[in-house]
Amino acid sequence: MSDGVAKVLRFTHNSRIPGWDRAADLDKAPAVVPEPATTELPAELRAAIEDGVRRFPEGDSAFIPALYAVQQQYGWCSPEGIEQAAAVLGRTPAALSAVATFYDMFRMEPFGRKTVYVCTNISCSLCGADELLEALEQRLGDEPDVHLRGFECLGACDIAPMASVNGVYVGPIPLDEVDELSRQVVAGEDPLPARQLLRRPCADSKAAGE
Amino acid sequence: MTDTLLFRGIDEPGLNTIDVYERRGGYKQLKQAFATPRDKLIAQLTESGLRGRGGAGFLMGTKASFIPHGNMQKYVVCNADESEPGTFKDRELIQKNPHQLIEGVIIAAYAIDASISYIYIRGEYDQQADILDAAIEEARQRGLLGENILGSGFNLQLELFRGAGAYICGEETGMLDSLEGKRGNPRLKPPFPANLGLFQGPTLINNVETLSTLPHIVELGAASYAAIGVKDSAGTKLVSVSGNVERPGNYEVELGTSSREIIYTMAGGPIDGRAIKCWFPGGSSVPVLTADDLDVSYDYDSIEAAGSMLASGAIIVVDETQSVVELAYKLAKFYAHESCGKCTPCREGTTWTLNMIERIKAGTATPMDLEIMASVQEQIIGNCLCPLGDAMAEPIGSLIAKFRPEFEAEIEANRAAREQQLVSEFASAEVAIEGVSG
Repeated sequence: MSDGVAKVLRFTHNSRIPGWDRAADLDKAPAVVPEPATTELPAELRAAIEDGVRRFPEGDSAFIPALYAVQQQYGWCSPEGIEQAAAVLGRTPAALSAVATFYDMFRMEPFGRKTVYVCTNISCSLCGADELLEALEQRLGDEPDVHLRGFECLGACDIAPMASVNGVYVGPIPLDEVDELSRQVVAGEDPLPARQLLRRPCADSKAAGE
Repeated sequence: MTDTLLFRGIDEPGLNTIDVYERRGGYKQLKQAFATPRDKLIAQLTESGLRGRGGAGFLMGTKASFIPHGNMQKYVVCNADESEPGTFKDRELIQKNPHQLIEGVIIAAYAIDASISYIYIRGEYDQQADILDAAIEEARQRGLLGENILGSGFNLQLELFRGAGAYICGEETGMLDSLEGKRGNPRLKPPFPANLGLFQGPTLINNVETLSTLPHIVELGAASYAAIGVKDSAGTKLVSVSGNVERPGNYEVELGTSSREIIYTMAGGPIDGRAIKCWFPGGSSVPVLTADDLDVSYDYDSIEAAGSMLASGAIIVVDETQSVVELAYKLAKFYAHESCGKCTPCREGTTWTLNMIERIKAGTATPMDLEIMASVQEQIIGNCLCPLGDAMAEPIGSLIAKFRPEFEAEIEANRAAREQQLVSEFASAEVAIEGVSG
């Protein structure tokens, strides 16, 4: 977007949607619920999905827990995993993937399993989050097993600029500790232990006492 | 200043465990609540003047009184989706004092006679969700959840539901759809969730901070709680201060404290003694205020009179070194990304606002773009099912209104820079052509 004008791909009749004018294949059989008896899936995945159903028995409430289980098993919401979850839940795979694509934390493509989300929202960017993301990109951008991305507000503006490393909140991260953090992410170590949110006392001094 | 309520002893080690919480007097209020008839309890909540801490500021007791009586399945849903930029108070409450929240949920469920309750926590709060999960399990084992709680004959299930990353799921009906296993699109209101909410049952939805306050109201009594704060803004409020300040963090203040005191005395003011350019009094979704408004009393009505909203109680301070265009760009980018796409004014309005700000940054904008941008904001407000579009239109509209010269200067500076660049590119191309022909 160098000149500030978005380049938009255009298809037939200047539409943005490819293939909109192609007739639907009415002979094609609609997707069905996978056969539970013949769909094989790992036992721990089945257990996790069934636990979700037990905790959230009403309606389709178990969808999101099931998608988490699939992502935990395969590293992303793979078509194979969605098919297996659909078999356990007794719904079509399309019903599940329609939900999965809405949410930021479900990955519809394979990515590195080690996630590093850098908050780039207002409070963090006022404190230098863009520079932090850039510095991390330089060091971790090519790591195959790391999924680094800027993220919307992670709800930790008090430790800005911050990052969520595999779900562990770390901050504020000064630029001279980016090397250390990158090394720890790749090695799978505890990220910057002294800067983890869980060890941070409340800012309100009145609250500390009785 | 009164004592802290929600944050009392918040940093005591082990407060997240039931033993420490009970030693500090926890779950006593629950027994007291069970001894009170339901309608009397709701009347107490109304008298306390507690307003919803999630954003809308609606009277909590009044909302609870809307729940119909009868034998249908009713629900309590606690909104712990806290995705509003700048807000992080619920995170600290869940992480450090989860039982206070659980006690509040049980009291609310008892008040409206709901037997199923959920806490919807955002998926990013992984560590906090683990802590809360452990706390719920502890409460279950002590018989504080489940069947016949404390011999009262009242049954309640409580489950923790993890969201999966969507700002819109903090909007109450979007959250209900997400909880039902759908895409988190907001619903048309009415019917309101109090009548047709989760799985079409009457549903009481409240924020973490609101529910965590309930045990304190039961403990103090409605009249004593109402005496804290100022008229129509009762109680204490957790304020998340962030941005360009010395000591960012959560502070519990009595409503009616001066905003200057919160920003300067508590949070230390901007670093290096810089001046404040503007500040958001209630998260990124409200109109900005400027340094002239610093003496406004921090309560619902005074902030509204100053032209903004207290909303979630998150103060974001922007100092004089920051560019308002960059600020508007970050805002627009966020809301364009998070718009669910259901309503046209929001889906298109956020995207086009972002496009126009990108043009300003690239130097291709004209002064007319600013007019169009301002008018787009006016056309979004009030025209969607949920307030997400308004949440972008309000702050960006107020930024343009209050800092128009800065926008105009930036448009002109970027245009001149781009022109300069094009001229020099053209000149070097000419030199190259001359070189070939000569």
